[in-house]
Amino acid sequence: MNEMLFFAFRNKKLRIGLSIVLFFVFLGIFGPMISKYKDPLEYVGTGYQPPSKEFWLGTTTFGQDVFTQLVYGIRSSFLVGLVGGGLATLIGLIIGFFAGYEGGWVDELLMMITNILLVIPTLALLIIIAAYLPYRGIFVESIIIGFTAWPWTARAVRSQTLSLRVREFVNLARISGRSHFKIILYEIMPNMFSYVFMVFILQFGGAILAAVGLDFIGLGPTRGISIGLMMQNAVLWNAIQLGMWWWAIPPGLVITLIVGALYFMNTGLDEVFNPRLREM
Amino acid sequence: MKKYLRMKILVYILTFIFAVTIDWLIPRLMPGNPILVLVSRFSGLPESAKVIYSYLTKAFGLDEPMWKQYFNFWIAFFKGDLGISIYLYPKPVLDVLKSALPFSLGLLLPSIILSWIVGNNLGAAAARRKKLDSVMLPIMYFITGAPYLWLGILLAYYFGVVFRIFPIAGAYSFSLKPHLSWLFISDYLKHWILPFLSLFIVQLGGWAIGMRNMVIYELESNYSRYLETLGVKQKLIRKYAFRNAILPQVTGLALQLGTIIAGQVTTEVVFSYPGIGYVLTQAILNQDYFLIQGCFIFIIIGVLVANFTVDLVYMLLDPRIRYSYGGEI
Repeated sequence: MNEMLFFAFRNKKLRIGLSIVLFFVFLGIFGPMISKYKDPLEYVGTGYQPPSKEFWLGTTTFGQDVFTQLVYGIRSSFLVGLVGGGLATLIGLIIGFFAGYEGGWVDELLMMITNILLVIPTLALLIIIAAYLPYRGIFVESIIIGFTAWPWTARAVRSQTLSLRVREFVNLARISGRSHFKIILYEIMPNMFSYVFMVFILQFGGAILAAVGLDFIGLGPTRGISIGLMMQNAVLWNAIQLGMWWWAIPPGLVITLIVGALYFMNTGLDEVFNPRLREM
Repeated sequence: MKKYLRMKILVYILTFIFAVTIDWLIPRLMPGNPILVLVSRFSGLPESAKVIYSYLTKAFGLDEPMWKQYFNFWIAFFKGDLGISIYLYPKPVLDVLKSALPFSLGLLLPSIILSWIVGNNLGAAAARRKKLDSVMLPIMYFITGAPYLWLGILLAYYFGVVFRIFPIAGAYSFSLKPHLSWLFISDYLKHWILPFLSLFIVQLGGWAIGMRNMVIYELESNYSRYLETLGVKQKLIRKYAFRNAILPQVTGLALQLGTIIAGQVTTEVVFSYPGIGYVLTQAILNQDYFLIQGCFIFIIIGVLVANFTVDLVYMLLDPRIRYSYGGEI
């Protein structure tokens, strides 16, 4: 464990990625406190204003403060990542572990379902579900994302489990009469901890991106603000054509930095956990 | 080989049945009554409201038992009857989608194929080459983290508004009608280049990273080490590594299709490009449920066809599958 931490702190990719992500986490937590305006949708000044001392990132066509919207949007993005990504990881783990460990018809059935869902694009499923929900909050959106994003995780976890279950310590546990559930929980899972952690990071980023896409095409939360909604409004009200870069570009830049940093962190972690990938 | 194909086709048929069932089921499961919502939109026009209502009750057959409704849905589906668009009333959904499809494919196919080829070569070139790798890798990670629509906005802002090089809305100028002439083709290409680039660039990042990691993995493996000790030239070893590393990338292509299509939808919206994605967004904004469901079916069919193509390509590339089939693919 200490050795892991040593390599973790020495790894440049992990350090850079983690600091960017942490920066935005703090911005999401404390941003709404330092911004001058409390309500992201409130009219606070004339519209079309470029960034200034009064409005750090300018104002929208409707005179809303872009910075205030952005920090609230970051908050909801992290919420979606945590809930949606967490749920997707959890479902993927459960299905992957059982399919891989039990084998036989359980495996066949679970993998058939997984393969079917794997082919159907997540966004298409999200659209057909979200379009018929009259009221959607950010939490509901995250749950829908979680329930549709798990298939690739299930498949990856299953193949890892397949290779672990024939190891001797698992056989020993089986001979000692432990229940399948306990073997999965105490023998197999601890050996995949690093892998699970990395899967979660990828799902976290994936959920954030999925939410942005969903919000953008008009299936986002019906109340409140999110980064996808900001971009939808910016495009709908011709912010690009009018040259309002402060409204059109920063929201996507934030998402790009967060998700890119998450992926970067993931590679760093891979090198920490997997000595063969470390650079000499 | 036959077993491999049979398994795949079985999964695809089941997927298709599942998708159509979802398409039928969700409107019936969800709270609120979409039909009443639809009819209420025509409340100002009692004549059309009546027509719509009778059409809807007939289409959904709501007075019939559930199993019969499901059965009728399939029959209508095979007759090509996807309902009538409310937002573009009285155009049938199928016609709306048919005219949008070429524009979507014209963006999707070139961007997928080109980014896959370029990305793989870039990634293979960067693997275990320190200088190139340390410059390229961070860039690629942020590119692949970018939402497609944001890259679209960025390109539209710089090339359309600041430098004014390319138009940023539509698939061709309003003054032109689609026909075969140099004028139209050059106009089409001018409108095409920015949405194409935003799809191309985001996909590029993912392929380059994947290929880099795969090639490093192959270069670490025993056969590469053995060739090295024999004194074989680096170039040849890399060639072998590339060939082995390309297979997972082909599988990756099938897995990525969903994300790419999602990106396509949002990119089309940014550029008001009249493809399936743009139609879908209009349908959502106008609560045109038939059109939404039609788009869903079209996307599913497209993904299934693409997946099947990828499987065939994989079979062509991997001799192990051609000769036999066993174990996990």
